[in-house]
Amino acid sequence: MSEDNIKLRVKFSKHGLMKYIGHLDVMRYFQKLIRRCGLDIAYSAGYSPHQIMSFAQPLGVGLESDGEYMDIEVHSAESSEKVMEMMNSTQAEGMWVTDVVRLGDGIGNAMASVAQAEYNVRIRPGKEPAFDMKEAIDWFNSSEEVIIEKKTKKSTREVNLKELVYKLESCEDGSVQMRLCAGSGSNIKPGLLYNAIYEHYGVGECGPTDLLITRCDIFDENGKPLIEAGEHF
Amino acid sequence: MKKTAIDDEILLSIEKPERYIGNEINAIFKDKSKVDIRFAMCFPDVYEIGMSHLGIQILYDMFNKREDVWCERVYSPWIDLDREMRTRHIPLFALESQDPIKDFDFLGITLQYEMCYTNILQVLDLSGIALKAVERTDDDPIVIGGGPCTYNPEPIADFFDMFYIGEGEISYDEIFDTYKKIKSEGGSRQDFLRAACQIPGIYVPQFYEATYNEDGTLKSFDATIPEAPLTVKKQIVMDMDDVSYPDKPLVPFIRVTQDRVVLEVMRGCIRGCRFCQAGQIYRPVRERSLDFLKKKAQAMLDSTGQDEITLSSLSSSDYSHLGELVLWLIENYRDKYINISLPSLRIDSFALDIMSRVQDVKKGSLTFASEAGSQRLRNVINKGITEEDIMRGSAEAFKGGWNKVKLYFMLGLPTETDEDVKAIAQLSDAVAMNYYDTVPKEDRKGIRVQVTASASFFIPKPFTPFEWAPMCTAEEFQRKAYVLSDEFTKQLNRKSLKFQYHENYLSELEGLFARGDRKLSELLINAYKKGCIYDSWSECFDIDKWHAAIEECGVDVAFYTQRERSLDELFPWDFIDIGVTKKFLKDQWLEAKAERVTPNCRQQCSGCGAACFGGGVCFERR
Repeated sequence: MSEDNIKLRVKFSKHGLMKYIGHLDVMRYFQKLIRRCGLDIAYSAGYSPHQIMSFAQPLGVGLESDGEYMDIEVHSAESSEKVMEMMNSTQAEGMWVTDVVRLGDGIGNAMASVAQAEYNVRIRPGKEPAFDMKEAIDWFNSSEEVIIEKKTKKSTREVNLKELVYKLESCEDGSVQMRLCAGSGSNIKPGLLYNAIYEHYGVGECGPTDLLITRCDIFDENGKPLIEAGEHF
Repeated sequence: MKKTAIDDEILLSIEKPERYIGNEINAIFKDKSKVDIRFAMCFPDVYEIGMSHLGIQILYDMFNKREDVWCERVYSPWIDLDREMRTRHIPLFALESQDPIKDFDFLGITLQYEMCYTNILQVLDLSGIALKAVERTDDDPIVIGGGPCTYNPEPIADFFDMFYIGEGEISYDEIFDTYKKIKSEGGSRQDFLRAACQIPGIYVPQFYEATYNEDGTLKSFDATIPEAPLTVKKQIVMDMDDVSYPDKPLVPFIRVTQDRVVLEVMRGCIRGCRFCQAGQIYRPVRERSLDFLKKKAQAMLDSTGQDEITLSSLSSSDYSHLGELVLWLIENYRDKYINISLPSLRIDSFALDIMSRVQDVKKGSLTFASEAGSQRLRNVINKGITEEDIMRGSAEAFKGGWNKVKLYFMLGLPTETDEDVKAIAQLSDAVAMNYYDTVPKEDRKGIRVQVTASASFFIPKPFTPFEWAPMCTAEEFQRKAYVLSDEFTKQLNRKSLKFQYHENYLSELEGLFARGDRKLSELLINAYKKGCIYDSWSECFDIDKWHAAIEECGVDVAFYTQRERSLDELFPWDFIDIGVTKKFLKDQWLEAKAERVTPNCRQQCSGCGAACFGGGVCFERR
C-alpha cells in the first residue's frame, strides 16, 4: 500500500439474477470488471499481488441490494463520474455502480465502519403468517425487551433484540422497513427478527426462503450512510 | 429482469444456483423472433466442466456471428436440480433465454468422453425429447453430436439424428443454410436429414444398417438410402489463421475448472504415441501464426478481465514459436499481473527456463508423462521419452528449485509384464534419488522431494494402433495396481513417493463403449433407467446398477474389451475416414509388438495418410 494511492469508496446495487451470485464470486466479478474497464487499480506488494479491494459486508445469496460498498485503491482517477462510467461500461445486467467518492486520510475502511444496515422485507407470496404484521410491529415497538437466543457456531447466548433493532416500520405497500445492528460485533439478520416475531405468535419458524429481502443501505455508528465518509471529486 | 426457468425458491434451495441463470459477461442475447435458427449447445456434464471447454466457446462465438442464428448453452443439471426437475416436471432449458430445449431447432451435444453417455440420455429425457432419433417428430430439435467420441459414434448412434465428424468450423454454415432452405420449402425432418447426410463430415446413423457375424463381429455396414455416402471424411481447418476464434469468451461467475483465457496455439501432435487417439484424429499438425495469437491474446484478456492465460495444444513444446510467444506475453502482461500457464510442456532446459520466468518455482510441480516404467514398454507405445531424459530434466529442475514431481503412467498396456509394472515404482524411486544426488544437503532446507506417481488404466481406442489390442479386466487392473503398490513400499525413498490410481470398473466400462457397436445403445438406456448418470463422478458412479444392466441386456463385456481383434476384422468405426489409413495403424500395431519406435512427424514422414489434407506439418520443410 502506498501513501500516494487514491482511496475510493464504491457504492453499488445488486438486483435480478445477480442476487444468486455469492459474496466470493462478487469479489471475483469485480476483480475482472476492474481489469476489463481499465481502472488504474493498485496491487498489494508481496509474493502474490492482488488488487487492493475490500468489501463492507457480505450479502447473502438470494438478497438484493441498493447499498453495497467496496473500498479500492487506485493510482489515478479523473473524477467520480468517470470512475462510475468506466465501471458501468462492462457490467452484467443487475449489477450497477451508483456512487463513487474519494476517501480522505484517516477514514476507516468500509468493513470496519459498518454498524447498521437498513432492509426492506417482504414475505414471499403464499408464505404469509397467520397474524397481522402491523400488529406484530406495534407489539415489538411497544415491548420493553424482546429476548431471543442467538446461536453462533460456538455457543448460544441471550440477546435483547430491542437494543439491536433501531427501526421497525410497516410500509404502505405491505413491506417492512427495518434498521438493524450490523457489522462484526452483533450482526442481526432480518430473518432473526422475523423468527422472534413468529415465535411470539406461536406460528413456528420463518423458513429460510420465506422472506424477500433488499438491503437498502449500510451506515456507520453515527447512522450516516457509508458513502458520506468521502467526497465527490 | 430476465426470467428464470427455475423458480426462485428452488434456486435458493440447491447448490450453486449460478449454474443455471446464464447472464455471464460476454453471453449473447438476441431477439428470438428475429432469428431463423435456435441452437442449444450442450456439454453433458456439470456447468463447471462444460464452461471450461474451448470447443463450445469457439462454436458459440462463431454461430452467434450469424445474424440468423442464436446459439445458447445448456449443461447437465446437477443431481439436486435433476431431482427437482423430475418431481416438478420442469423441462430442461437453455441458459440465455431460459426457454425449453424442446423449442429449439438444434440440440448440439459435445462428446468428450465415453462416461458422459448416460448424461446424454438425461439431457434428452429432461428436455422431453424421445431418446431414439427414429421416434422423434418434426416438432423436436435435430440432435447433433460432435467431438472426439464421434470417431466411434456407434454405441450412441440411436440417440442422434446426426453426427458431425471433425472440426466444427468447416461445415456448420452449410448445415444452417440447408436447414433454412428445407424449412422454408416446408420440408420435413426426414427431408433435412437426407440433405444433411450429403454435407461433408455429416453422418446420419438412421440411413445405415449394420449386420453381424455369428461371433458378434461386424459383418457389413451399408447405407440404406442412395444419398448416404459409404465413408464419412473428417472435416478439419487447414488455415488456422483464417478461421473463427473468439475475441470475447464467456466469463463465468463461479470458479470453473478452466477459469482462464485459453489460447489454442496449434492442433494435432507430431508425436504419434500409439495409445493416443487425439494424436491420430487431429492429424496433421497445424500451427497458428505468432501474429494471430498475439492479437487473440490481447483481445481475450481485454474483454474478459481474466488474470490468467493458458496455452493450449496437445504438446506445447512442439509449437515452433513457443519461446517468442511466451516472451511476448511476459513482456506485455507481467506488469499487469496476468499469470501465464504452460501445460503439456516436455521438461527440458528450455522448458525449465521459461517456466521459471512465468511461475512460482516453489509452488509449482513438474510433470513427466512417462506413461510406462520400462524402456521396453515405452518403445512399444512409441513414447519418445527415455529414462535419461527424465533424469536430466528432473536434475535440472531440482537445481532450479523445484521439489515436486508428478509422473504419469498407464497400467495394462499391451505386452505389459509384472516386471514392467514394477519398473514404475523403480523409476519413481530413481527420480527421488536423483534429487538427493543433485541437491546438496545444505541446499535442501529440510525439504523432502515429493514424487507422485499417478496411474490410469490403459483403454484401447478406435483410430489408434492399439484398436486391435486386448484390454485388461477390471480385476486384472486391480491386481496390477496391488503389485505396483507393493513394489512402491519396497523402494528406498518410499517416504518421498506417493502412488495413486484410477477406478478400475469405470475404466472397464469406458473400454466397453470406446470400441462398442450399435448393440450397446440398449445397455445405455437400461443403465440410465436404473438411475445411472454422472458416471465419471465417483459420488454418483454405481457399478452395481451397471452390472445389473449388463446382465439384463446380456452384454458380453469381454467380447468388446478383452478380445484381440484379427487384422482383417471390420470395425464399427471403419466407415469414418480420418486421413490416417487403417494400413498405417495396422503397421504401427505390428511395430509396437516388435518394440520398434517410429520417428515423429518433424523427424521423418511415416506416410500415415494425413497428407491428403494438403497442409500442415506434412508440407513443412524438414
